[in-house]
Amino acid sequence: MKRVQFADPLMPYMLLLPQLLIVGIFFIWPAAEAVRSSFYLEDPFGFGSTFVGFDNFTDALTSSDYASTARFTLVFTALTTFFSLSIALLLAVKADSVIRGASTYRTLLMWVYAIAPPVAGLIGVMLFDQHIGPLKEFAGLLGWDMQIGVNYFDTAFCMIVIAVWKQVPINFIFFLSGLQSVPKSIQEAAAIDCRSGARRFWTVTFPLLAPTGFFLLIINITYALFETFGIIDLVLKGEPGNNPITLVYKVFLDGFRGNDLGGSSAQSVILMLLVFVLTIVQFRLIERRVHYN
Amino acid sequence: MKREHITDHLILILGAVFMIAPVIVAFMTSTHDAVSVYRNGLQMTWGGHFSDTYSAVLTEAGGFTKEVTGFTMLKNSMILGLGFAIGKIIISMLAAYAIVYFRFPLASFCFWVIFATLLLPLEVRILPSYEIVQGLGMMNSYSGLIVPLIASATGTFYFRQFFKSVPDELVEAARIDGAGPIKFFIDILVPLSKTMIAAIFIIMFVYGWNQYLWPTLITTDETFFTLVRGMRQILQVWIGAQIPETNQAMALAVLAMLPPVIVVIVFQSWFVKGLVESEK
Amino acid sequence: MAGITLSNVRKTYAGGVAAVKGVSIDIEDGEFIVLVGPSGCGKSTLLRMVAGLEAITEGEISIGDRVVNKIEPADRDIAMVFQNYALYPHMTVYNNLAYGLKNRGIKKEEIDRRVREAARILEIADYLDRKPRALSGGQRQRVAMGRAIVREPKAFLFDEPLSNLDAKLRVQMRIEIKKLQKALGTTSLYVTHDQLEAMTLADRLVVLNGGQVEQIGTPIDVYENPASTFVASFIGSPAMNLMEIERDNAQWHLSRGDGLSLKSELEERSAILGLRPEDLHIVEDETQLEDPLVLSLIVSAVEPVGAESYVHATLGEQGQEVIVRAPGKQHFEVGSVLKVAAKREKLHFFSSETGKALTSTGKLQPA
Repeated sequence: MKRVQFADPLMPYMLLLPQLLIVGIFFIWPAAEAVRSSFYLEDPFGFGSTFVGFDNFTDALTSSDYASTARFTLVFTALTTFFSLSIALLLAVKADSVIRGASTYRTLLMWVYAIAPPVAGLIGVMLFDQHIGPLKEFAGLLGWDMQIGVNYFDTAFCMIVIAVWKQVPINFIFFLSGLQSVPKSIQEAAAIDCRSGARRFWTVTFPLLAPTGFFLLIINITYALFETFGIIDLVLKGEPGNNPITLVYKVFLDGFRGNDLGGSSAQSVILMLLVFVLTIVQFRLIERRVHYN
Repeated sequence: MKREHITDHLILILGAVFMIAPVIVAFMTSTHDAVSVYRNGLQMTWGGHFSDTYSAVLTEAGGFTKEVTGFTMLKNSMILGLGFAIGKIIISMLAAYAIVYFRFPLASFCFWVIFATLLLPLEVRILPSYEIVQGLGMMNSYSGLIVPLIASATGTFYFRQFFKSVPDELVEAARIDGAGPIKFFIDILVPLSKTMIAAIFIIMFVYGWNQYLWPTLITTDETFFTLVRGMRQILQVWIGAQIPETNQAMALAVLAMLPPVIVVIVFQSWFVKGLVESEK
Repeated sequence: MAGITLSNVRKTYAGGVAAVKGVSIDIEDGEFIVLVGPSGCGKSTLLRMVAGLEAITEGEISIGDRVVNKIEPADRDIAMVFQNYALYPHMTVYNNLAYGLKNRGIKKEEIDRRVREAARILEIADYLDRKPRALSGGQRQRVAMGRAIVREPKAFLFDEPLSNLDAKLRVQMRIEIKKLQKALGTTSLYVTHDQLEAMTLADRLVVLNGGQVEQIGTPIDVYENPASTFVASFIGSPAMNLMEIERDNAQWHLSRGDGLSLKSELEERSAILGLRPEDLHIVEDETQLEDPLVLSLIVSAVEPVGAESYVHATLGEQGQEVIVRAPGKQHFEVGSVLKVAAKREKLHFFSSETGKALTSTGKLQPA
């Protein structure tokens, strides 16, 4: 905060009013509503609701359906995060080391950031399509009869590929700017101390990138959990069937298709706790990042 | 110091191909006619039907959607992207100004209320949000589309960080120069924030344009569909068709990505700076 | 123009930390007062209270005949030059100077006249259309000064205005500030932690320590008669040599170890002896001297700075460090013995309990 601040009895509240109003109506209220209804069993025909305590939570957490969704979400998140981070890191290191064409590469590798997940999903679905998809055809050449939307594994594969494709650019942007902010003097000192370029990378550059990496890890986990909704929705073409879905998608399905208000709300609350933990970790990391700088 | 290796370029070119190829395929396919795509699969070459496909998706209703043209969806996307970015900048700048530059009793309480929105992404409160917007009669309206998205704390945090980095002495000098809170905001702080505003505008425009879940929930009337919202509809019609209009589906996908992609490429340096700096 | 009066001014922060603990200063019209002290001594807080940027917890500040405790900074009729200049980065130099005047509703022609006049005095007329980032450090400093001048205020307040400049420029600007202040005759309050800057600029110095005034006086007075060990060690470079001494009947010696003997009528059982490095002169034959104090030192290091050399030496077995200022031409061997003496009037005595000067009571005569 500033050493000198304005003191006006009314103005700060006036300035904050629009934001607080919207936050109250569209964030706090629905969240409170989600928490409340997670303890109730809603009559499907709208005839009131009964308090059921933690039943919705125990139902959700003990159902095999939920367990398999959670398992897939975990695998999906882990793989998406791992591949998008490592591909981005590789490309960023290379983009940082070349001289010719550096800015062209940078542009080519980052612009996909601007594409919406469902648009990526649509293009992906077409590329993997049974009849017209070149990727399906290519997999066929390798002896892989890919059946997106039918085969559980193939569908999951398709989702992860699209999710990684969509996420590489933002990781690339952050890694590249992290690499470029490594002081030249440190690189020069390392060059004097160590002959092997690879060793230099893993012992000097990589540790200096660690704060960026941790930060991106959280961003990527959040992305895989929440923002991939559009991709998954498109790959499933709105018909989940026996295909893999993530926890967020299940909240949506149970709430809007299944009309299971209480169950959907209980799942929402579980996700809120997850976001809470991730946010705390993220803020800890940001604080640490500040120390590094 | 730097030595160039051919393998570095090879890896970068491979990476670039991985990023670009899907979009090239989408674009090239959109320049063919539906029947040849149906017969021969997705295309990597120019098909010569560019104007046919694009004029059809932009101006003709029917096809994927019954009532709206691609042009209307483009307009809706534009309204969402611009409305979201502008609304967000105004609201979050005012709020951040109050938090950083004013001393008032409820300051930290207000800050934490706004902060709490980070813990409540739309995805964890889908159903009740939907019900509240429905109850307020905001379904199928631009305000229902934009306003609930505006309040998240991100913009406020960006500006708060930025305001905190503005030297304390500026407000002190301004006070000695006789500037009150409103004068200081308009004469000094807003002009100082110009690049920050531009960077946030770009990020927020892309973010707003690319919204999917929220528009999916609250627009059921096709005349309010955005391009991104329309993707699922397009896919569903495409699946059900005898000879699917893959070229037109791809054309809409290209249209849906074009404005944000252009903005990001043209304002690349601002955008990258805004993105990287504001996350600190 | 006007004088400034601070009476028993206190500042206590919300956490209970007292930054200023009762300061009273009477500043006359046109006077150049420098507040000097180490960081955290409360000098900046004091200045900012005069400016109106910090609330006054207790006490009263008046500018002219008006108590300004409750008056907004803009209405106090003062101008301030900040350490980092605080120029508005998006405005041209001209607008930086004019902004405060515009806010006061001064007529355009008058603003233009004042801005051009200030620019002429400060030799920044050629840069009026530039933005601050296109200026060098020294030029920015001038713009910051210009912003103060155009207001034609009752008082200038300077908050370490030269500390962001390099050494050479600092000396140059120091002289210019002094000339300018004398020419304009505006009452000025100047904060710095640099004792040399303080000495050269001030009509009167205010030495602050721990939120309290240690001493107020002209630079020479403060230098020659420091009121406490704090002032003695803070003002002057190299600092005054201070050594703890104890009395055995009428004979004084070092508290730890020997190497010193001195006759004095001081009544205290113990005291602190202060010797300025330049007041120690090197002697060849001690038997001829009437000086009351002769020290036998062992040279440990020599810092030649050209015109003179600072000889670091030790006294006694406990290794009491003493610095002697010697002519630059003279050569010293590390490890050799060096005899120095001091005249009676150059000895300073301080209480070993409070650190306050004992000589000021008048009755203490070194033997």
